[in-house]
Amino acid sequence: MSDLANKLLFLPERASTFADRIDFLHYFVVGTTMVASAGVGLAALFMFFRYRRRVENQTTEYVVPNLKTEFLFVSVPLVFFLAWFAIGFRDFTWFTTPPKDSMDVYVMGKQWMWKFSYPEGPNGVNVLHVPANRPVRLLITSRDVIHSFFVPSFRIKMDALPGRYTQAWFEATKPGTYQVLCTEYCGLSHSKMLAEVVVMAPEDYDTWIKEQRRGRLQDRQDALADNSLVPGTARMAEQGQKLAGTQGCLKCHSVDGSQHIGPTFLGMYDRMEHLQDGQNIRVDEAYITQSMMDPGAHIVAGYQNVMPTYQGKLQGPESAAIVEYIKSLRTANVREGASEGPAYDPIQ
Amino acid sequence: MTPSSSIAAPGAAPGHEAHHDEHGDHPSYLVDGTTVKSWLLTVDHKRIGIMYMFWVLLFFLVGGIFALMIRLELLTPGPTIMDAMTYNRTFTLHGVVMIFLFMIPAIPAIFGNFMLPLMLGAKDVAFPRLNLLSLYVYLAGAGFALWGMLNGGLDTGWTFYTPYSAHTTTTVAPVLFGAFIIGFSSILTGMNFIVTAHTMRAPGITWFKMPLFVWALYATSCIQVLATPVIGLLLLLVSAENLFNLGMFDVARGGDPVLFQHLFWFYSHPAVYIMVLPAFGVMSEVVSTFSRKNIFGYRAVAYSSVGIAFVGFFAWGHHMFVSGQSTFDAGIFGALSMLVGVFTAIKVFNWVGTVYKGAVEFTTPFAYFCGFLFFTVFGGMTGIAVATVSLDVAWHDTYFVVAHFHFIMVGATIMAFLAALHYWFPKMFGKTYHEGWGLVSAALIILGFNATFIPQFLLGNAGMPRRYYEYPERFQALNVASTAGASLLAFGFVIIALYLTWALIYGKRVDNPWGSKGYEWLTASPPPTHNFVGPQPTYPEEPHFYVDPKKAEVSDAV
Repeated sequence: MSDLANKLLFLPERASTFADRIDFLHYFVVGTTMVASAGVGLAALFMFFRYRRRVENQTTEYVVPNLKTEFLFVSVPLVFFLAWFAIGFRDFTWFTTPPKDSMDVYVMGKQWMWKFSYPEGPNGVNVLHVPANRPVRLLITSRDVIHSFFVPSFRIKMDALPGRYTQAWFEATKPGTYQVLCTEYCGLSHSKMLAEVVVMAPEDYDTWIKEQRRGRLQDRQDALADNSLVPGTARMAEQGQKLAGTQGCLKCHSVDGSQHIGPTFLGMYDRMEHLQDGQNIRVDEAYITQSMMDPGAHIVAGYQNVMPTYQGKLQGPESAAIVEYIKSLRTANVREGASEGPAYDPIQ
Repeated sequence: MTPSSSIAAPGAAPGHEAHHDEHGDHPSYLVDGTTVKSWLLTVDHKRIGIMYMFWVLLFFLVGGIFALMIRLELLTPGPTIMDAMTYNRTFTLHGVVMIFLFMIPAIPAIFGNFMLPLMLGAKDVAFPRLNLLSLYVYLAGAGFALWGMLNGGLDTGWTFYTPYSAHTTTTVAPVLFGAFIIGFSSILTGMNFIVTAHTMRAPGITWFKMPLFVWALYATSCIQVLATPVIGLLLLLVSAENLFNLGMFDVARGGDPVLFQHLFWFYSHPAVYIMVLPAFGVMSEVVSTFSRKNIFGYRAVAYSSVGIAFVGFFAWGHHMFVSGQSTFDAGIFGALSMLVGVFTAIKVFNWVGTVYKGAVEFTTPFAYFCGFLFFTVFGGMTGIAVATVSLDVAWHDTYFVVAHFHFIMVGATIMAFLAALHYWFPKMFGKTYHEGWGLVSAALIILGFNATFIPQFLLGNAGMPRRYYEYPERFQALNVASTAGASLLAFGFVIIALYLTWALIYGKRVDNPWGSKGYEWLTASPPPTHNFVGPQPTYPEEPHFYVDPKKAEVSDAV
């Protein structure tokens, strides 16, 4: 029954407890709307025919409503409207009050991407991993203009405001991938500000987040190990920065997150990239180096194969320096330790 | 200044042209002075109404072209005919032109100007020169806005939300300043109408004998006078922010990004009623005339106009349910929004009730009345749906909202605008149009409108956000359907333009083809310059009194 209604109304699949909760009211309101419009329309049509004009300059009776009719005109719609308001407000209050045990994720919108960070890491861009059947509270803010975080399958939406935190929560009901859309106009690429929520079975999620956090630790140890052998990543990154300028890397790759001819360097290291051939790849030292020497080998989806090879133009230490430079360009909100919490008190 | 001293039209002396013989020394306003100057400097409310009509229709054409460009671009999920920046400017200009240059002045400035004095038995509005000034203020504002559009346009959406509008590099300030100037035109017209309704009613026309179109204009004017200053102030603030970077809406400097939204909707929500209340007024006249009945529940319809105008001021927060406002605020605004629905429902029931025991003639204006009923009920009820707080969480800023306001605000207003155009065409020009073409184009427009916006309701359900240049492929089928509907709609308008232009030149001469007993029909069509010839008409009956004089006693209430 509700599947049929969903299809008829073009509603996306229901994948959160909030969606389960409000869709009934949706059917009720939209159904009543249709019945009422048809009712008024049919009554009008019937009367147009029944009381059609029979002679020119026909005279008519003087008819005025009595108190009972007027009372009905007011009370019938009022009863329906207030009932919808009451049910709707109850559900809205539920939506604005996250359960105490919900897990927090910080969400930051910026032109034109979504960044997600977990209080104890990791951080991600445009992909949010959450467990099914556990409440998740999103603490949402924006770095520039107003954005709005919308997941149609969850029926949830909340504006991302610069300098303020808003909150929204949901409990996903089944594993899968669900699209996130920005619903507050935010400039040129507003319609490309897409992300996805990956809902995992709770046990898969626990494994995933452990791996993420261990992986990060591993990176740090690697970095420490490197430091003991070479002059120091900081100086290498500095050298890489100069090289990126002189070798022309920055003509096509931005360092501020904006899309250009090539993918931005900001946050590139350790990112999962979707490739043109449909595969995914984690950006690591090997991939970055390969991309410098044989740029056409793995093209990131959405980009053209236009980069010249740097085989022979860069010496080994030079390419390593550029890799270090890219590694240093982690997104600013990357946090290795525990979360510092929102800059403003979250809404109670 | 007494009104009667100021209404002598400048220009040619009346009465010397041969084809005025039917009115002797009282030529119709159309030919009383034929120089360009006699039109441009006229203080005659009827000529001012006609000049408004020319400009408003021109801007309607411009806005319509922008609309078609949007629909063409959305035919395919990717880029179709323009780049993202052009698209963002196009939908912004579509909104700005349609709202500020077409919808707000459409019915009040054209038909309100023309009919209000006729309906009150007055020779003109209370301040005829102010009336002319409001036209030129409107044109000055439109000029500013157009200049801004030609010099790059702006890409903020017609809502101009900060902080985006404060940062964008496009030409924000001239367009906002243009809208600011147009606001003064709105205020002047509103003041003029309020004073006219209070002071210029002919003997015998009491408050509760005023035609319902006058009641609607009165309520609209109150909103215009009270709300427009707020948007004026706000548009200036945003222009200043954009030009001088003041930090008013910048959090980093202690500003508030959401403050803009509160101020904006404090005007723009009531502005919806500026557009739709005159439409309600027109329909009250049309349904009475064509079913030859007094309006069912006159006082209920009159009071509900005032009720909507009042409650409309306290419902603005329903545009901001997911903007981070408190749950408590959302509850208050949600409940108050329901009241607007109740007032509208009262009107709908009374319009349908008017037909009861009437004598319906199914003409073009009546066809638009049918379309209007459907758009008002369906559009109004979907308004209740989006005012239901929990459901709005999903629908906010999706195509559902776009479809909803195009149904209620645009659909109802366009229906009323076209009904008024056809119903009062003989009144304004003394000629009539081809009824068959009228019905054909009405059918095309009503069908086209539904075909355009019903797919958009479904797109909103499916989750397609507003103002999207590109969209995921699953939304394409419905977008194609919507574009097809828009073409049908455009085609209907082209037919109207053709047969009305033809009627203007070759149309059959008529006086009161509908046999209407609205007060405005008591004088000749087209009316003479001073509206009435000979002694002041008397108004012993209420408007639209079609009872046989032999059995005129009031029958039992139903």
